Amino acid sequence: MAGLTGKDAVLTEYAKKLETLDAPKGRSLTQDATRRMVRNKAAVVSIGVVLFIVLFAFLGPYFLPWTYDKIDWSGIRKPPNFEAGHFAGTDQNGRDMLARIMQGTQMSLIVAGVATLVSVIIGVVYGAIAGYFGGRVDAVMMRFVDIMYALPYILFVIILVVIFGRNPVLLFVGIGCLEWLTMARIVRGQTLSIKEREFVEAARASGASSWAIIFRHIVPNLTGPVVIYATLTIPEIILTESFLSYLGLGVQEPQTSLGTLISFGAPVAETLPWMLIGPAVVLVSLLLCLTYIGDGLRDALDPKDR
Amino acid sequence: MFGYVSRRVLSAIPIALIAVTACFFILRLAPGGPFDGERALPPATLANLRAHYNLDLPLIQQYFLYVWRLLHGDFGPSMVYNDFTVAQMLWIGLPFTLMLGFSAFIIGTAVGLFAGALSAVNQNKWPDYVLVMLVMVGLVVPNFLMAAILQLVFGVYLNWFPAGGWQNGSLVHLILPVTVLVLPHAGRTARLMRGSMIEVLGTNYIRTAKAKGLGQRLILARHAIKPALLPVVSYLGPGLSYLLTGSLIVEQVFALPGIGKYFISAALNRDYGLVLGTTILYMFIILAVNLLVDILYAWLDPKVRYH
Repeated sequence: MAGLTGKDAVLTEYAKKLETLDAPKGRSLTQDATRRMVRNKAAVVSIGVVLFIVLFAFLGPYFLPWTYDKIDWSGIRKPPNFEAGHFAGTDQNGRDMLARIMQGTQMSLIVAGVATLVSVIIGVVYGAIAGYFGGRVDAVMMRFVDIMYALPYILFVIILVVIFGRNPVLLFVGIGCLEWLTMARIVRGQTLSIKEREFVEAARASGASSWAIIFRHIVPNLTGPVVIYATLTIPEIILTESFLSYLGLGVQEPQTSLGTLISFGAPVAETLPWMLIGPAVVLVSLLLCLTYIGDGLRDALDPKDR
Repeated sequence: MFGYVSRRVLSAIPIALIAVTACFFILRLAPGGPFDGERALPPATLANLRAHYNLDLPLIQQYFLYVWRLLHGDFGPSMVYNDFTVAQMLWIGLPFTLMLGFSAFIIGTAVGLFAGALSAVNQNKWPDYVLVMLVMVGLVVPNFLMAAILQLVFGVYLNWFPAGGWQNGSLVHLILPVTVLVLPHAGRTARLMRGSMIEVLGTNYIRTAKAKGLGQRLILARHAIKPALLPVVSYLGPGLSYLLTGSLIVEQVFALPGIGKYFISAALNRDYGLVLGTTILYMFIILAVNLLVDILYAWLDPKVRYH
């Protein structure tokens, strides 16, 4: 019997559907998260832009007449010139800026990917072990993290990079080793609550070892926060890398990265503006979009804030 | 409270010692030395130089010597700038770095807190949207790029402020460098403040305060601000670390005579004394500020004191 208010009408309709066995389907957590993500316009646009930048960096060089290290002796310090195939001008050595921007973006993206992976692995393993074993192990391990937090660690990275040479692999690992602290804290906090759950107790009762419990049962349940935080780490790492490159401690010539390009472009921006504008636009839009994606993922996967 | 503070002070000491030790050995175990030049020095000269700086002693003995001198406030000699001791060089640079860092810290924190609170109170209205956009700009434009843009726009095209230099600390020379440091710090602070303020404004006790008829101003001042500050306060320590890192860049870009100015070249030249001295000084500043932040935190949140 339909009532007077809107609520009654809805309930009646629902009751009818139940009678005809046409009950609405429940939504899983993943579906819920996807729906929220899709509704977040800034995040969707950002995903598109980041995909475009990735394609631009990795496929773009195949469509250009110049490579990043080829010198065009007739076009040194020239503004964009479509006939010569320099779509974004050339630098002081006559190298095509667009090709260099693509190569630099590639380098920044690779550093970001590898360093994020390193930081996620260290952070998850460290945090899960500290959280699971608890007690004195936890106290000592987290005290170490506190210590690392208090140090001007960028200075340590500078010292490391300077001393062990400008090896790109070292750059990746060094930056990764720098950014795992927050990840470890987040993972430890989550582990503390997960380890009290029934399924962990069941695993322990059935005789699983501590390591099996940590890596089979606890770590997979950390996916949400780890993914969110990893996405937010990527722009941090790109910033750190460009910071080091700006100081001249990044990858070596003729290879380049966005930070290096900006450091060369900044002093001459008054007379050769195309040397600064291109890399600056790519770097800023990359960072902006990654931050929006991270925020969107957090809002979608962690419903606490709404 | 006194017990808590003294515990924190005591626990900072081993941290400082561990960091000094790590830094000393990393630097020494690396290949190369301060006297590797384009042209090799004659062996006798090299031996004399090494003996002069105690580099010929066993490493462990050098370490204890260094720590012993450090405890007496002696940072040792600079091995590249022969006319100065490290302490002299740092002593000249320290006031500049502190002035730059702390003015950016104070302005940035104040601006960030105000913007964050304003944004949270007007959530999803136009002031919020504008502020969130501005915060994003502060967050994603790297400081070296911001420095270049500001130099170009305000220093070269508009010619309002000098694009670099110091001139005995006149205010106009400080505006651009401080702005570069303030923007990201204010951005991060505002973001945190907005989030925590929105959370606090949604709690039951704020609803109760509204229900008993308190005005919005009073609710904010009496009930909302203090708990909303907690996450922001815990960010201040790392925030200062970011600022000092930024000052490294700002001092280079704007040619300011702070302690970060020589750091990169000193590391490249293996000027052991200067690199160690600069790192240690930065570390002490950060540890001291972290200590202050912990004390502030204990004052804001009584739960922390009794752990």
